[in-house]
Amino acid sequence: MSAILDGLRVTLGVAALSVMVASVLGVLGAACKLGVSPVLKRGAGLYITIIRGIPELVLMLLVFYGGQAAVNVVELALGLDYIDVNPFVAGVLTLGFIFGAYLTETFRGAILAVPRGQAEAGRALGLRPMQVRRLIVAPQTVRHALPGFTNTLLVMVKATALVSVIGLDDMVNRAGLAASATREPFTFYGALGLIDLVTTSVSPLALAALARRFPARA
Amino acid sequence: MIDWSILAGAVPAFLAGLRVTLLLLVTALLGGAALSIPLALARASDRLWLRGPAWTCTYVVHDTPLLMQLFMIYFGLAQFEWVRDSMAWPLLRSAWFCAWLALTLNTTAYTTEMLAGALRTVPRGEVEAARSLGVSPGTVLRHVVLPAALRRALPQYGNEIVQMLHANALASTVTLVEVTRVARAQSFRVTEAFGAAAIVYGALTAILVFGFRALERRYLRHLV
Repeated sequence: MSAILDGLRVTLGVAALSVMVASVLGVLGAACKLGVSPVLKRGAGLYITIIRGIPELVLMLLVFYGGQAAVNVVELALGLDYIDVNPFVAGVLTLGFIFGAYLTETFRGAILAVPRGQAEAGRALGLRPMQVRRLIVAPQTVRHALPGFTNTLLVMVKATALVSVIGLDDMVNRAGLAASATREPFTFYGALGLIDLVTTSVSPLALAALARRFPARA
Repeated sequence: MIDWSILAGAVPAFLAGLRVTLLLLVTALLGGAALSIPLALARASDRLWLRGPAWTCTYVVHDTPLLMQLFMIYFGLAQFEWVRDSMAWPLLRSAWFCAWLALTLNTTAYTTEMLAGALRTVPRGEVEAARSLGVSPGTVLRHVVLPAALRRALPQYGNEIVQMLHANALASTVTLVEVTRVARAQSFRVTEAFGAAAIVYGALTAILVFGFRALERRYLRHLV
């Protein structure tokens, strides 16, 4: 059991880091979609379409093995030593990349939900465009983005189970080892299911606390 | 660096994998549809003893990873002697059946929630009007409530099918040879193999998305 809890640390680490990657990508994506450059707009659109069209598992395998192949080519060209693509890094990048696409849509909707007048009022008061974004638009965006963000986060926590497939020593992998050692796979996978059930039931509470900090006004 | 010709020999394997993927998708969707209509009626019911159990089922399935459910069914059930001694064991031993069962449970949970939501949006007045015309409750259900709810659930159901197509890839982890497994079996040229799998899924998704757009134009015309 303690081995599984060790694995839980890895799983939570993957989840926490990929949320950060996804949030950064989501903000960038939303900025591209709402920006003036048609190239960036099309690029962000293509990004979302690709992510929506391909299963998470296939993307993860593609990033992990394909990434290794790409790294091999690069290191041959540069005459470097053999570099191993770390499953932890590959997992974080893939999950971040996938959920960045979903967050792009969440953030885009949230930014659009901030009334135009707010930004205009800020400009009229003599704030610079950057100040308007930082002081007026961003805090209100957070409040509109929270429900969508919570949903994406829950889906993501469940998706972290996939990193075991590319050989990361996470909770699922540990449970697999324990299951074959004790011949009690149902117990161990069931325990993981319970842990996930608790995580997905508890994290909305944490986010509800955030929601109180940024109350939504209709 | 990327050389697609390397995959020429793997085309028949990919086609066979595609067949397994599609068969699994269709059978799981059928099972899910059959189970979720009665469950959704229970879930949207005013009676707590109907609503409660349906909610519990969908909540548990909803909030645990599909991979865990799949592992619990395929690897897990063998732990119990009474399962191994039971009549269902020949079925539960097969990866095919376990993958189907896990996917069916999953899509049932999601479809139930979606349908229950759609059932709640059916205007009460429509039901009352039909009842006041002397139509029996069963007929109201079949001819008024379900057609309206199913139409309204159409866009979400399209998304659900795409999600299910993607969830299908998980069946590769329990030895089922579908598209993802075929790609994983191409041990050289991994980039091309997974790239090909990605293209297959992408193409199927595109077909589904456009198909559902056409359906929505036909069946949801009165709502736009």
